Amino acid sequence: MKTASKPLHRGRAEAEPAWRKEFEAILEAYGRAGGDPAALKMPNVATLVVSSNRVLVANEIPGVRFEAEELPHGVRARILVAPDAHIDKTVHLCFGMLPAEGEQEIIAEYDIGSGAQVEFLAHCTFPNAIHLKHMMDARIHVGTGARMIYRESHYHGTEGGIEVLPKAKVTIDEGGSIVTTFSLVHGRVGKLDIDYDVAAAKGSVAELTTKAYGQSDDVVRVSETLHLNGEGARGLTKTRIAVRDRAISEVFTTAEGNAPFARGHMDCTEVIRGGATARNVPVVLVRDDRAHVTHEAAIGTVNHKELETLMARGLDEEEAVDIIIRGILQE
Amino acid sequence: MKEDSYLLSVENLGLKRSSRDILTHVNLHLRPGEVHGLLGLNGSGKSSLAYALMGSAGYEPDEGVIEFAGRDITHLSITERARLGLTLAWQEPARFEGLPVGAYLALGAKDQNRESVAAALEAVALAPAAYMKRPLNHTLSGGERKRIELAAVFAMGARMVILDEPDSGVDMLTLRDVAALIKSMAAQGRSVLLITHRDEMITAADSASLMCRGTIVFRGGPDEVRQYYDKRCRMHGGALGAQPWQRDSAGWSIPT
Repeated sequence: MKTASKPLHRGRAEAEPAWRKEFEAILEAYGRAGGDPAALKMPNVATLVVSSNRVLVANEIPGVRFEAEELPHGVRARILVAPDAHIDKTVHLCFGMLPAEGEQEIIAEYDIGSGAQVEFLAHCTFPNAIHLKHMMDARIHVGTGARMIYRESHYHGTEGGIEVLPKAKVTIDEGGSIVTTFSLVHGRVGKLDIDYDVAAAKGSVAELTTKAYGQSDDVVRVSETLHLNGEGARGLTKTRIAVRDRAISEVFTTAEGNAPFARGHMDCTEVIRGGATARNVPVVLVRDDRAHVTHEAAIGTVNHKELETLMARGLDEEEAVDIIIRGILQE
Repeated sequence: MKEDSYLLSVENLGLKRSSRDILTHVNLHLRPGEVHGLLGLNGSGKSSLAYALMGSAGYEPDEGVIEFAGRDITHLSITERARLGLTLAWQEPARFEGLPVGAYLALGAKDQNRESVAAALEAVALAPAAYMKRPLNHTLSGGERKRIELAAVFAMGARMVILDEPDSGVDMLTLRDVAALIKSMAAQGRSVLLITHRDEMITAADSASLMCRGTIVFRGGPDEVRQYYDKRCRMHGGALGAQPWQRDSAGWSIPT
């Protein structure tokens, strides 16, 4: 089934009680994931809501178009922002699954037209996950001089029985920019395997930020590559991960300086507690003697002085550790 | 010396690190509402005593007893001590990435409402509107963080506050501001252990001690201690690590 150019939620609620029930449930989960459910009902806000393999809402506004197709285990979606469109209100995306078990595959294509400016807020919510797999395979094209901000926040429930595989291949044309933030700091992570690959043309900018908080036997794996191919292209990967108990964090980042005056930096902080394990493997690859690529990494436990300061205010050690870690992940 | 009326009673406290004496035979007593100034040159053991009193890791005493509010707290955790009403404002305050000033102050505050947090900021001459939402990180100057640290212990309403060099390393925080805050806490019936190496600071205290080589070598009224310090100690203040007192059979003295 293909849907496009129609606000699916309007007028459907009364006619389709099953749709309404699912929409309300996903709204509730969206709220628990930190989203604002009211935003998903506003007619002047571009909104795409996907539950399992059903497109519940595809609300378009001038300048933003959705083409969505339901697949057996997910959805294929094209998200198109018209050239030179400046979208004032954040575009809301909601991908979720309410069942405890199953599989969801989102094949997404973002095309941000030249000179356009748009901000996306995506919430991925799997509140009841016990044995669930979520795959996101995205291709993102940021046109010449366009600016895209993409913030993605996940909520996976408390069981940890979920596998999340976000994969994105990003191309940025001359003078374009993309700023992404992936955040999974509430509830359990389960198994997370991020794989982002960015090719940046002349004068373009890419900033990738990843934040995750792994507990119990969670596994966090982040793989990010910046190909700074154009003259003066700039790229930053910023990774903030905390792991405790028996959780594992592995961060692999690569920054390639392939053109004159390309500037790349990889900044990784991992906090470990208890029997957790953290690893950071940065790769610096420079193919032009006028390019400059740097990295910094810090792995260790929470700062001793911060911990004792909070304890001296009456917090117990666990409370203090949690506040310090959440502060690091929030920044 | 032991009296039921003491809020803090430190008896014969000793601390070694790497076989080196850091604190030896420290005796110290504070009554409720008393402000006691602890004066000493850099390296005399003042901060080590503060950490030992607060229960910091690595500062567990090898001998002696610390009693607070009638309880032996020598082996209690920092949290347990704090919950009994003892707290410490560190000489070099911690930074907290991502934690706003208002949230930090509210964490330990006796009353966690916005008004009491704002009142604590005003007590250290910081405008609440300008600081409540600012992150407590590198974007704040050393002086601002110092004031916020003082605001935190003020907001906490602890029965006893240890202020470790509240006047050091800051350009904006005036002695008058610190003295006013100390008086305000004392007026609320709280005890203050004011640690400093600036003798003019202890005029804000009710009583004072002079520390050298990890022990208390002289005690008395603030003026007495200040005069003693002025005559016998000030000339050594320029040399970092200088600890002029020596102990012999007659007690502590500075060799001529």
